[in-house]
Amino acid sequence: MLNPILANLLTEPVGVSHYVLVGAFMFTCGVLCMATKRNALGILMGIELVLNGANLNFIAFGSRYLRNDANTLGLDGQLISLFVIVLAAAEAAVALAIVLNFYNNNDSVDVDRADQLSG
Amino acid sequence: MDSIYWPSFFFWLFSGVACTFALGVLLSKNIVRMAFYLVISLASTSGLFFLAGADFVGAMQLMIYVGGTLVLLIFGVMLTSQDRFVEMRTSSGEWVIAFFIGLMLFFTLGRAAFGVAAWKGLDRETAEAVEVERTVTPLAMGLLGARVDQLDEPDAAKREGMSGYLFHFEIVSVHLLVVLIGAAYLARAKRKTGSVAANA
Amino acid sequence: MAAFLSEYTWTWLAYIIAAMIHVGLIINLVAVAALVFIWLERKISGRIQDRLGPTRVGGKFGWLQTLADGLKLITKEDLCPDGADRFLFKIAPYVSFCAAIGAFIAIPFAGGAYPWIAQHLNTGVFFVLAVLGLEVFGVILAGYSSASKWSLFGAMREAAQVVSYEVPLGMCVVVPVMIAGSLDMVVIGDQQAGWFTNWLVFHDPFTFITAFVYFTCAMASVNRAPFDLAEAESELVAGFHTEYSGLRWSFFFMAEYGSMFSVSILASVLFFGGWNGPVPITDLLGLSGAEVGTLSWAVAQALGLANVLLKGLLGVCLMIWVRWTLPRLRIDQVMTTCLKYCTPIAAAMFLGATLWQYNFPGRAFFNLIPMSDAVLEVSEGWEVESNDPDEEEEQIARGPEETGGLL
Repeated sequence: MLNPILANLLTEPVGVSHYVLVGAFMFTCGVLCMATKRNALGILMGIELVLNGANLNFIAFGSRYLRNDANTLGLDGQLISLFVIVLAAAEAAVALAIVLNFYNNNDSVDVDRADQLSG
Repeated sequence: MDSIYWPSFFFWLFSGVACTFALGVLLSKNIVRMAFYLVISLASTSGLFFLAGADFVGAMQLMIYVGGTLVLLIFGVMLTSQDRFVEMRTSSGEWVIAFFIGLMLFFTLGRAAFGVAAWKGLDRETAEAVEVERTVTPLAMGLLGARVDQLDEPDAAKREGMSGYLFHFEIVSVHLLVVLIGAAYLARAKRKTGSVAANA
Repeated sequence: MAAFLSEYTWTWLAYIIAAMIHVGLIINLVAVAALVFIWLERKISGRIQDRLGPTRVGGKFGWLQTLADGLKLITKEDLCPDGADRFLFKIAPYVSFCAAIGAFIAIPFAGGAYPWIAQHLNTGVFFVLAVLGLEVFGVILAGYSSASKWSLFGAMREAAQVVSYEVPLGMCVVVPVMIAGSLDMVVIGDQQAGWFTNWLVFHDPFTFITAFVYFTCAMASVNRAPFDLAEAESELVAGFHTEYSGLRWSFFFMAEYGSMFSVSILASVLFFGGWNGPVPITDLLGLSGAEVGTLSWAVAQALGLANVLLKGLLGVCLMIWVRWTLPRLRIDQVMTTCLKYCTPIAAAMFLGATLWQYNFPGRAFFNLIPMSDAVLEVSEGWEVESNDPDEEEEQIARGPEETGGLL
């Protein structure tokens, strides 16, 4: 029973759906990473994963190899994902500076210690 | 046995590696290992980009994310000590909640992914007939404000709105510059005024 | 090749065999090149220091010395220190090695309509740079996982150095890419066909200086002395590979020599004509062109391969020469070299090359000097490209309509 499915997976071209599924998986991993990690750098890695999952969707919607009709995003998909990559780099720079400051103040990168505002 | 469609094979290979190591990032405790898994996951994602025909974005992904994660890694080594500080563990209750929420999120997104008929893949003959297109020059022209890929767009009104991304490109460039200066300002080494006074 | 093989066997097997042939060629090239380079380094360093270097193994000149070293390394015990992160410690050398070899996927060894290249990428230059940047990961993982402060010091220095030197390196690479108008290494190389005056290093004064800046930055980014602060054996014992022994240690060395070779080949393709020799022998012998037979084509391609390998070898020899001539820099001097000298110079050269392209579109330096007809004929390559002023004006005049008024 498993064999025909596997054979079908390997002999048929993949579509946008498969890409979106992989993107969804990475997105979910990233969200959970952001939710469960207490290390600020772990949270940053979660953000990278989330952005990456989103990028995968843009690329999939822009690709001509993946869907039947001509309604692809075309180059816009790739351009937007380029912008996402650049903005992710900018976000990482600022976030790392904040983490560094946080470490200087608290001697740790544990985000649960950032409770000075909770009164 | 039908002959294997190799792009599919490599899709499953790369996506398998990407998903496995994304899970590794989630489950690992050690920050350096997390960074290592993240690099592998992102590199396989760039493989997926190459497969979808976006080779410039794939190379960009390799270059920028690798540099970015490298810096993350260094900060991880610098700021996360092995034993001197408290262990940053997540309680198992949080793990259980996170697991269920993640499962629901993934289920929803997965349903959505397979819910649209047009998102099914091409059949094999069509897929093999699609010719390889080179995207680097059109991409660069798009960033410079000329959409050479939209020249044969029949609808004049549509063409008007597709005048490229020059403005956005400029904004992003200035944004990057501002962000880097801001980050350098935030992360600068602060001299305590007291020590300066003591020196004086 | 896969299509050819599939006539004799199953398609999937044909693909696997074809892939294995390509991979085998590349891995063997890197491995053999590393063997030769290590022997060469010992020999050249010996001569520079007025010694003989290896003389015994393998008869004359000690040319089997590296093989003997390799045998010794294989028989050594594979140690893993207590307190090390075993998984990362074991995998780190392979990360470096894979990155060094992965760069060769997109490096062409001969150009033309059917280039000798494992995977013809549209973004070749970019891909090679990106993959070479991955090598530093192995070094940092090794330094971190060894649980030794010397290793960690070496790794941190390496990280700072490589991240900084990526900036001027990338900027230097952009200059020839801009002049050639393509990221495709085959296109860049083919544009430099003809006499050596067509090489991009002689394209204008700015590319000439850029070539030297590129080479400096490339040396720094592959950790060669005088920039080998990650090892710095006089300060850090052996830097990031202090705790390594045997085969894993030798993987780091293979990676280092492999990436030296690949940045040299990259330099040769970007600046020094790639597979085009200084004299267009293939043109003079009538081996090139569209109508030649398979044999002539193969000979021409083999000559191109020899050119690429020879230029790569020369680049590596230059690196060895520099290593044994100059003293090591301090870490602050390394960063000063990068941020205060290499980066501004590279940026200025980029600007200058842009202005050159703007003022003399598509014209090389040697085409500006009034010359006799015989020499002008030689540099036809550039004329054909875009030197026809009428055609250019036509293009400019045609521009707005062609692009649908989007400009």
